[in-house]
Amino acid sequence: MGIVGGMADRAVFSDLAMQHMPALYTTALRITRNSADAEDLVQETFLKAYRAFDRFEEGTNLKAWLYKILTNTFINSYRAAKRRPEKADVEDVEDLYLYHRLDDLQMAGTGRSAEDELFDRITDDDVKQAIESLPEVFRIAVLLADVEGFSYKEIAEITDVPIGTVMSRIHRGRRALQKALAGSAVAQGLVGSAEPRH
Amino acid sequence: MGTGESEIDCNETLYRLYTYLDGELTEERRQEIKRHLDECEACFDAFDFEADLRILIAQRCKDHVPNALRERVLEALLEEEQSSSS
Repeated sequence: MGIVGGMADRAVFSDLAMQHMPALYTTALRITRNSADAEDLVQETFLKAYRAFDRFEEGTNLKAWLYKILTNTFINSYRAAKRRPEKADVEDVEDLYLYHRLDDLQMAGTGRSAEDELFDRITDDDVKQAIESLPEVFRIAVLLADVEGFSYKEIAEITDVPIGTVMSRIHRGRRALQKALAGSAVAQGLVGSAEPRH
Repeated sequence: MGTGESEIDCNETLYRLYTYLDGELTEERRQEIKRHLDECEACFDAFDFEADLRILIAQRCKDHVPNALRERVLEALLEEEQSSSS
């Protein structure tokens, strides 16, 4: 692993870890919702990771390892700084909420499906804001599962909660995300505002 | 359909849809769901939408890393290396 005098080799660490900066930065932005905090969080994460790198087991999942450090750092340093306790619950909607909202809807005159139209017109900001509108535990679960593609087991290890809890947060988080996306789409006039018939 | 094969219905399929999409079902379950999706247009439609939505979210949730941040981090690592070897 290139250990020199107790510290891991900086060049080796850099080469391996910097590849994950775009992902870590994106996640940091979504969880802090503040670019200055996100940058601080990323820097702190890399520093901590470098200091601990001699303990990283070569051949294991570096990205998951880095994410655990990011998540812990966020919880210890940033979440603690918040004054208002975060509302940990979210109004639950049924599965396939967005799918049902779009079902049967055709965008007038275009002959395209509502889905194609929506996917075309929804912006990066729409998606990011929808994610950021989720309560933290659901937001983190959806980010790790849907944006970063971690397995349930990896998410359980990264967030230090049981797999059952992970699954529950992911599923509820997705439903909440769909509700947020639907709200954004309705506000922009991309879909009608009638409640689903189902 | 062979004998002894359990067939699952739309309710069960949609109930497990997310877990199926996540690749977290047992092989046996995965096969059951896949069989149903192959045969049921309504369920396949829902599955297809959710799969597309997943891809959309991952693609749209991306940010450009500011060069200043990269430099800052590399500099911090360098300082850390230097201070710990002195």
